[in-house]
Amino acid sequence: MHSKCIFLPTANSTLFDQLGGQAAVEAAVDNFYRKVLKDDRVSHFFDAVDMDRQRAKQKAFLTMAFGGPHNYSGKDMRTGHAHLVARGLNDSHVDAIIELLGGTLRDMGVQEALIQQVAAIAESTRNDVLNR
Amino acid sequence: MVTVRYGTHTCELKEGESLLDGLLRHGVPVAHACKAGSCGSCLLRSVEGQVPPSAQAGLKDSWKARGYFLACVCHPTGDLIAEPGGSDIRIAATITALDHLTHDVVRVHLACQAPFDFRPGQYLTLFRDDGLARSYSIANLPEEREIELHVRRVPNGRMSGWLFEGARTGAQVQLQGPSGECFYVPGRQDQPILLIATGTGLAPLYGIVRDALRSGHRGPIHLFHGATRPEGLYLAKELAAMSAAHGNMSYTACVLQADAPGPFEIGQIGQVVASRFSELDGWRGFVCGDPSVVRSLKQQLFLAGMAMRDIYTDAFLPSAA
Ligand SMILES: Cc1cc2nc3c(=O)[nH]c(=O)nc-3n(C[C@H](O)[C@H](O)[C@H](O)COP(=O)(O)OP(=O)(O)OC[C@H]3O[C@@H](n4cnc5c(N)ncnc54)[C@H](O)[C@@H]3O)c2cc1C
Repeated sequence: MHSKCIFLPTANSTLFDQLGGQAAVEAAVDNFYRKVLKDDRVSHFFDAVDMDRQRAKQKAFLTMAFGGPHNYSGKDMRTGHAHLVARGLNDSHVDAIIELLGGTLRDMGVQEALIQQVAAIAESTRNDVLNR
Repeated sequence: MVTVRYGTHTCELKEGESLLDGLLRHGVPVAHACKAGSCGSCLLRSVEGQVPPSAQAGLKDSWKARGYFLACVCHPTGDLIAEPGGSDIRIAATITALDHLTHDVVRVHLACQAPFDFRPGQYLTLFRDDGLARSYSIANLPEEREIELHVRRVPNGRMSGWLFEGARTGAQVQLQGPSGECFYVPGRQDQPILLIATGTGLAPLYGIVRDALRSGHRGPIHLFHGATRPEGLYLAKELAAMSAAHGNMSYTACVLQADAPGPFEIGQIGQVVASRFSELDGWRGFVCGDPSVVRSLKQQLFLAGMAMRDIYTDAFLPSAA
């Protein structure tokens, strides 16, 4: 069994707290999922039959990217995206997702410095997501 | 390898196989329809062994406590002894009226022999006396004495064909349920509401719209009903009268093709809705009927700004083989 990693920030007030915690994730998820579905570069990867389940996945992703408690391991990231890599998922799509994530946070009025930290967390999953 | 005992049958489940599929593979007759954990037809009761929580998702707590689970979404991790579910949670009902509303829609009235509680818009599972089971949405309000269903005739459909021409008033059936999350929740009374149905998807919305009105909903309520051709529309007079009686309620009929203009819009229902309402931030939505239409409308409403938690849907999934 692969051990699960939990993001443990060291600062007094964590990134997740500064962003507004789970409530911020809840506030962001519809906006983010909508951006993804409207973006021709990536929408086809998200065009699920079950939108509620797809939204739940986006919520888990945002929780992780916001520095919140999650239980994704690198291995989960790999197995979770392998079928998308087989369908052509590549760096350009990861770039687009990080850009849309930034757009969502900007819509919410989050400061650039925090947006950069979120982007860095998302960036740190790139190789696992792309199964490299 | 997991072994399941059901009545006098014992069978081993294959890797990844649901309990229902395993029983059916062994020729064991078990009522089933959607095979997706929604219709409730394959409800069984566990007598011994552990049922995974996912096989009980959405069931009433009192049913869970008695060991009920849905066989089609049950992937047991250990051996299990199960028995047919149902008779203690089904209630008997009599068909009291069968009204043909269009060439392919019949309205079924049922008198229950015991109280049957539901929220308008939920659905029930109807069991014929030979065990055939199908889901139907409830179109009436709880205080109305009889249950009302709208059933569309599906070509070669076993249950719908029977209700359309085989069944007679006085026939006995059994009801199980209700199930489903597609109903009006009182509160946020000024919120605009959009309801969209295709075909007999109107059944749950006919209950929901009246439930919202009698609950004193003040925001605008817009109901769209789509059919292929004008002769597929039904309850149009009743809905037009409802709209005339309630200043905040509108009714729009919509058909794909028509030989002549009439009291309806012509076009694809999603486009007709979009031409009227393109900005839905803060709205509440209900969409019922054909699964592919429900799916695309759900996405349309979401992209137009409706929050996902404000979108209620029931897709009328056909029975699986
Ligand atoms: C939650 C829920 C609520 C529902 N509510 C209603 C309702 O209020 N009113 C209503 O009329 N129906 C409703 N349905 C559909 C209903 O449960 C049955 O699936 C439908 O009546 C057909 O059953 P049948 O026994 O007549 O056809 P079957 O004997 O099951 O099917 C005969 C053949 O037709 C095919 N078929 C079945 N349905 C369709 C379809 N829609 N389009 C094309 N082919 C099809 C089958 O695959 C099969 O080959 C609902 C379904 C669900 C899951």
